[in-house]
Amino acid sequence: MQFDSSLPIWMQLVTEFSRRIVVGQWPAGARIPGVRALAAELGVNPNTIQRALSELEREGLCRSERTSGRFVTEDTDRIDRLRADLAEEAADDFIQHARGFGMGRSQAQQLLTERWKHHDHDSNGRPQTEGA
Amino acid sequence: MTTPAQKRHPLISTRGLTKTFGQVTAIDSLDLELDGGRIVGLLGENGCGKTTLMKILAGVISDYQGEARIAGLVPGPASKAKVSFLPDTSFLPDGARARYCVDLYSDFFEDFDAAKAHELLRFFGLDESMRLKAMSKGMREKVQIALAMSRRAEVFLLDEPISGVDPAARQIILDGILGTLEEDSLLLISTHLIHDLEPILDSVVMMRHGSVVLAGEADDLRAAHRASLDDIFKETYR
Repeated sequence: MQFDSSLPIWMQLVTEFSRRIVVGQWPAGARIPGVRALAAELGVNPNTIQRALSELEREGLCRSERTSGRFVTEDTDRIDRLRADLAEEAADDFIQHARGFGMGRSQAQQLLTERWKHHDHDSNGRPQTEGA
Repeated sequence: MTTPAQKRHPLISTRGLTKTFGQVTAIDSLDLELDGGRIVGLLGENGCGKTTLMKILAGVISDYQGEARIAGLVPGPASKAKVSFLPDTSFLPDGARARYCVDLYSDFFEDFDAAKAHELLRFFGLDESMRLKAMSKGMREKVQIALAMSRRAEVFLLDEPISGVDPAARQIILDGILGTLEEDSLLLISTHLIHDLEPILDSVVMMRHGSVVLAGEADDLRAAHRASLDDIFKETYR
């Protein structure tokens, strides 16, 4: 994973971990890898990982058990809400950019429809590539 | 990880620390306090006093003014048992093989974990039967880092540990450091290659003309300046 050094890394980790939960890489109820393992995997300071996981916990996306570690929430409604939030953010990003290019709503919608088809075709039979 | 219940003492503290070389003031009334369980970047241009500060903390320079404490002790023979210092120069005998250097460290330091050193050397892809003089600069640095990081020290002082190696090797070295660091120990790492260290630093101390110009949590600084540490550094030293 590449980080944007101009943004707090713990926030980028919250986004990355949320993505892992939403796509099922970390399924509901599953044990989350330990802080040190994640630090080693991502090449990030363990305290930064800790801060991101605490934030996930605060948001009700995981819980920690004193002896056995941290687990993804079993509340699938909560995960659905997260998925909706992330999708909304992506949509907002798109709208902001599209507006920046001087696009109107119907133009943007049309573009979205076209590109959607393109991506359907593109990912035919292949798994979607994950974001870097 | 930090346990709030545990009373924390700074592992490094200085008060009014000053060191002059003739007319030149290398460290100018420096106040510093650093806790355990953290990786701290000591940043600054050449000649800002980073190495002098490291040497004072390591107990190599003793004719300074003001106060310095490391692992609760005045830097000196007793503190050296608790502090692992990696100087910015080569200090191992040229003709020695890597394996012999591990034995040397085992004899020197009670807290040295030889198994860990062998593991790190393997992780760095080094052949232990190779003599240091046959090694490239980067390979020698890796040997020295493997040795320094294999002590169960309370404080690690690494002076420019990645300056002489190519970017690919830097990443391997940083991964090695990250993977072996004890949870409660303090790692103070001086560098001017900030970009490579961005993701692993908890906090930074930026020095100029022997004193601190900027210090803080890495992510807080990023949020406040909306910039990378690298860019903040360039802005600070402009």
